[in-house]
Amino acid sequence: MTDIIIIGAGPAGLTAAIYARRAAKSVLVLEAKSYGGQIINTPDIENYPVAAHISGFDFATKVYEQAKALGAVFKFEKAVGLRDNGDTKTVITAKNEYEAKAVIIATGSENRKLGVEGEDKLVGRGISYCATCDGAFFRKKDVAVVGGGNTAIEDALYLADVADKVYLVHRRDAFRGEEAGVAKLRERDNVEFVLNSVVTKLNADRRLQSVEVTDRQGNVRVLEVSGLFVAVGRVPENQNFASLIELDSAGYAVAAEDCLTGTAGVFVAGDNRRKEVHQLVTATADGAVAATEAVKYLNA
Amino acid sequence: MSVIPVNENNFEREIINADLPVLADFYADWCGPCRMLRPTLEAIAADRSDVKVAAVNIDENPDLADEFDISSIPCVILFKNGAEADRSIGLVPREALEDMLG
Ligand SMILES: Cc1cc2nc3c(=O)[nH]c(=O)nc-3n(C[C@H](O)[C@H](O)[C@H](O)COP(=O)(O)OP(=O)(O)OC[C@H]3O[C@@H](n4cnc5c(N)ncnc54)[C@H](O)[C@@H]3O)c2cc1C
Repeated sequence: MTDIIIIGAGPAGLTAAIYARRAAKSVLVLEAKSYGGQIINTPDIENYPVAAHISGFDFATKVYEQAKALGAVFKFEKAVGLRDNGDTKTVITAKNEYEAKAVIIATGSENRKLGVEGEDKLVGRGISYCATCDGAFFRKKDVAVVGGGNTAIEDALYLADVADKVYLVHRRDAFRGEEAGVAKLRERDNVEFVLNSVVTKLNADRRLQSVEVTDRQGNVRVLEVSGLFVAVGRVPENQNFASLIELDSAGYAVAAEDCLTGTAGVFVAGDNRRKEVHQLVTATADGAVAATEAVKYLNA
Repeated sequence: MSVIPVNENNFEREIINADLPVLADFYADWCGPCRMLRPTLEAIAADRSDVKVAAVNIDENPDLADEFDISSIPCVILFKNGAEADRSIGLVPREALEDMLG
């Protein structure tokens, strides 16, 4: 039996693997897609201590290789359930069941969808959740960004340099994101704010052709855009483990800085944990703390 | 087999006129998820003799990306008898691509 199963090979899970292996515990990491997590989407990380510039891919690959060299075992399977048997835990995947003495859930988060009909079919055909990833496809075109937080503001700023025209659609008239960013957007001639409005329809043939927005008064307007960037937040990936960990109303795992959950031997680390700052440094910090707590639990 | 680089010049020959189903990976060097997906495509190319795996660099072949309405990468399009049969967008596990092959 494995000492510690880590679910998710993002920055939090990989760091937990490093700490657990250095404490001489056997480690199995289960990952649904590929190691690295969200960070592989960014071409340039500029705020992680030590490296002034590093691509998300290189960052992920370095941490993965470090964990692997220390002896962590990786299996690319998605965890769909978790069972508490007291002294042991069972992690369920589509094809297998794995047993461990402790489990660290480091499943991070996914992009929140808009929830408008036809959205799924248009992903990659005009709809995107990452401006820095897909912005280049909209050079000299008209696009819209939906959202009111920092990501939406940063996306709109980024796209204003690339696209011809950028509409920023937000359901309120005030932004949650930083005022400085909003001020910069106001200075741009090619950015138009579409406030108190929500996206109500996607018009498409083979790809997105236009977006219908409706304001609070019920007025409908059609924006002729070939790209729609959805920046309405992220959804933590905790649903599969909800029977053993407490979740808040937004789906985040409720656990303090010690990463303990209500179930002994089950820990949470990274972006799926409720906290103020969801960044690489806090994800890796969680990984270290959760692994240390798991080791303490195993040695008790 | 290995992954075959395809561009505007050999697209017709390698993909449209191919005898086998083709998984064509539209990618760019700056795209992290594309780099993550590459080993999966290489593994499929190595393990399966009933499919061909091709790679189209979208920076070098923007017209091809446009022709297939691609606005997000990685985008893996399955071609059967020269026509698009299915596509997969983003970083996906190997099974997702194999499921698409049927
Ligand atoms: C475009 C973009 C740019 C960013 N830039 C920066 C930046 O410059 N600096 C910075 O500090 N932060 C940045 N961030 C945020 C940073 O990427 C995250 O805070 C960090 O990746 C969180 O790490 P994590 O390990 O908690 O979660 P994630 O990175 O989300 O990793 C979770 C992993 O778990 C896997 N998983 C999920 N569910 C399951 C399951 N059921 N079974 C198995 N595996 C599962 C996922 O596939 C994923 O690999 C950026 C994020 C994005 C999206």
